[in-house]
Amino acid sequence: MQSDHSEDVGKSVRRYWMIGAALYVFTIITVAVNQVHLAIPLAVTVALIIACAKGGMVASVFMHLSHEKTWIYGALLLTVVFFVVLMALPILTTSDTFGKPIVYPAAHGGEHAGH
Amino acid sequence: MNIPHVIEARPDTGLTNGKLGVWLFLASEVMLFGALFSTYIILRTGSVEWPHGELNVWLGMANTFILIGSSVTMVMAWVSLKQKDFGKHRIYLILTFALAAIFLVNKYFEYADHFRRGEGPWHTTFLAIYFTLTGLHGIHILGGMVVMGYLIGPGARLWHKQPEQFTNRIEYTGLYWHFVDLVWIFLFPVLYLL
Repeated sequence: MQSDHSEDVGKSVRRYWMIGAALYVFTIITVAVNQVHLAIPLAVTVALIIACAKGGMVASVFMHLSHEKTWIYGALLLTVVFFVVLMALPILTTSDTFGKPIVYPAAHGGEHAGH
Repeated sequence: MNIPHVIEARPDTGLTNGKLGVWLFLASEVMLFGALFSTYIILRTGSVEWPHGELNVWLGMANTFILIGSSVTMVMAWVSLKQKDFGKHRIYLILTFALAAIFLVNKYFEYADHFRRGEGPWHTTFLAIYFTLTGLHGIHILGGMVVMGYLIGPGARLWHKQPEQFTNRIEYTGLYWHFVDLVWIFLFPVLYLL
């Protein structure tokens, strides 16, 4: 929200309404794609791509990230780095191959069930 | 004593203190919701089966429309102040407040339906993470409504004394509100559709 001139702000009004309309359209597309019943990996990919596009529009236009100051970008860059690490944690957990896997007896026919 | 840099930007950062503060707060919010999204991924990938069609997609879609609409009215409330039109600003801000209230009413009906069927957070892993994520998001909506309520009510007096400071407060509230909308944009497909 850097523009100090009322004229510039006035020009932005149309843009805000257009982005609002685009967000509605993308929401309808998300639900429509869901009705097709795609395979789970494809459905997840499509839904997340559309959600990222919508999130990008909100952040860049409504939150004015498309023309912000360097300090804001710096703070957000750090956030993005830590956020990516946070999202990668489950992947690291499931791809962990160190040590011996724990095998529970009950999962193999219950030979020692009750112990 | 006046607090410095509430209207004019600091020369070193080029930002008002409030704006930098709000962005740092939002950065911490990203990590808060990020931790819960990460938890969701762990729970989902670790479960043998994951329920589909548990939630009312149309109600979730309606709530998405409501929050997007509230983001538009919020940014228009700020634009109106930039154009020195306080009357129009009030209409947009009250509209934003009303849309937030409608969102929570919808959420109440959704929750009530679950509890009527005995499907609380204890029922399944999915419902546990669903109630945690949407509950935290709902608290954020409520927090936003408290701030908006203040700015519609007693806080609006600042416009007559310090219009630029009041405009900045609306801008910060807007940043927070758009973030709440942004979180829902991801919550909707993750919980309702996938």
